[in-house]
Amino acid sequence: MPIIEVTELRKSYGGRAAVDGVSFAVEEGEIFGVLGPNGAGKTSTVECVAGLRVPDAGRVRVAGLDPLADRKRVTQLLGVQLQQSALQENLTVREALVLYSAFYPAPADWRTLAETLGLTDRLDIRFGKLSGGQKQRLFIALALIGSPRIVVLDELTTGLDPRARRDTWQLVEDVRASGVTVLLVTHFMEEAQHLCDRIAVINAGKVVALDTPAGLIRHTDGVTVITFTPSQPVGDLDLAALPAVVSVRQAENGQVTVRGTDETVGTLIALLARHQITAHQLQVTTPTLDDTFLHLTEREN
Amino acid sequence: MSAATAVLTTEARLIGRNRAGVFWVVAFPPLLLAVLGLLPSFRAADPALGGLRMVDAYVPALLLLAVIMSGTQVMPGFLVGYREQGILRRMSTTPVRPLTLLTAQILVHTGIALGSAVLVLALGGILHGVPLPRHLPGYLVALVLAVLVALALGTIIAAIVPTTRLATTAGTIAFFPLVITAGLWGPVQVLPEIAQRIIELTPFGAAAQALDQAMRGGWPSWSLLGVMAGWTVVLIAAAVRWFRWE
Repeated sequence: MPIIEVTELRKSYGGRAAVDGVSFAVEEGEIFGVLGPNGAGKTSTVECVAGLRVPDAGRVRVAGLDPLADRKRVTQLLGVQLQQSALQENLTVREALVLYSAFYPAPADWRTLAETLGLTDRLDIRFGKLSGGQKQRLFIALALIGSPRIVVLDELTTGLDPRARRDTWQLVEDVRASGVTVLLVTHFMEEAQHLCDRIAVINAGKVVALDTPAGLIRHTDGVTVITFTPSQPVGDLDLAALPAVVSVRQAENGQVTVRGTDETVGTLIALLARHQITAHQLQVTTPTLDDTFLHLTEREN
Repeated sequence: MSAATAVLTTEARLIGRNRAGVFWVVAFPPLLLAVLGLLPSFRAADPALGGLRMVDAYVPALLLLAVIMSGTQVMPGFLVGYREQGILRRMSTTPVRPLTLLTAQILVHTGIALGSAVLVLALGGILHGVPLPRHLPGYLVALVLAVLVALALGTIIAAIVPTTRLATTAGTIAFFPLVITAGLWGPVQVLPEIAQRIIELTPFGAAAQALDQAMRGGWPSWSLLGVMAGWTVVLIAAAVRWFRWE
């Protein structure tokens, strides 16, 4: 049985549908990504999962429980890091950890958590004086402090520098390794690709794709990009006739850009070789989740 | 430690760390009393005040100053900030309800306001020989009701004001009429009869009168206590209706 089940979820604000029939199921032990542009309905969806919002229609189950009717039990199972939330400015890290420990019947040991999250030397620092990365680490600690079976992490790395972001990703992987299911909301493709087992791409309140990162990429066509500067003009060659070509463009400085698939690459190289043309500065860019994401969300808009 | 105790301890610490709040509620009223009591005009018995000295008649206004500061300035700042920064929301995702936080705030501010009152009375007695209230239970009842009505006012400010900045502005606008009716600008007893009757209908006008009566040795009149209780009930009902957790 999936640990989180969302079925035909709908939520509107002032007549505008923010979530418009979203369905997905998260299996125990996976890192499940909810990916989408800003305003796509990601946060509203997870807020319904966390019991913070009342859905207009549809069903949400967390470990078989209704987050609204079984609020007390769901809050004990589900740790949450929210996008827009903070702690009291003058609360120290230690006080925050002790306070939140007292909220749960079987809390994790806060000292161990502080150590795992590299907060041990920050325990006496007030929340308002922490750096962005330290605040995020504290939020992760607080999301984990009730020994939850599931954690919801919403825009976890927004505003972090690349180094802190990498460290945070490692933490999320460690969390999963300890057996906790992770529901990760993000608008960073790289983050989703790096961390998630499966991803639901949400756009304009609807799930437009749901697959593994590799699976999502596979379904995106025409985004292998080949660029090179030929040793002699290619004007005579019919590059557009190569298999799976989407577009061919030649810049003023002679650089040629061909968009196609992996198949295009081999045949293009062979064609150039046959005509004894050298491809200088040859670059082949394979599709990333970024391209897939743009592809999926553009199609809908 | 239970969750409620943990929240209470934490809020007590945080309120204590708010230096400006502590100064205005705990330090300022006793300091003001200490200084005023040194003025010769405050030390002479005044027939217009029923033979009391000005410094004696001033004590209720100073107690109410602490109560008003705590309820309408300091507490709404905390509550609006907690809502604005998403602290109440964060708490909604735990097994503890954010109402626990609100309750802890009210309890701690009540405690601090009452503590400040004790300090004013003690300091007045020691420095300037201000006699203790003759009807202590009546005095205490009037004071507790005054604290409740101030906190109810604070909750309604927190309910209708969206940002911390506006909470400060609202608190400041409310502050002057409140302290004037409480008698901080001069004892209400010297005003014309009609003005006194109107001021007795305001929460702190009633509070000042009730404290004055208990100080002189009588049980405060039920109509004054009723005015305070009535304001508290109405304001709390309105706050419950309008308060938003996010």
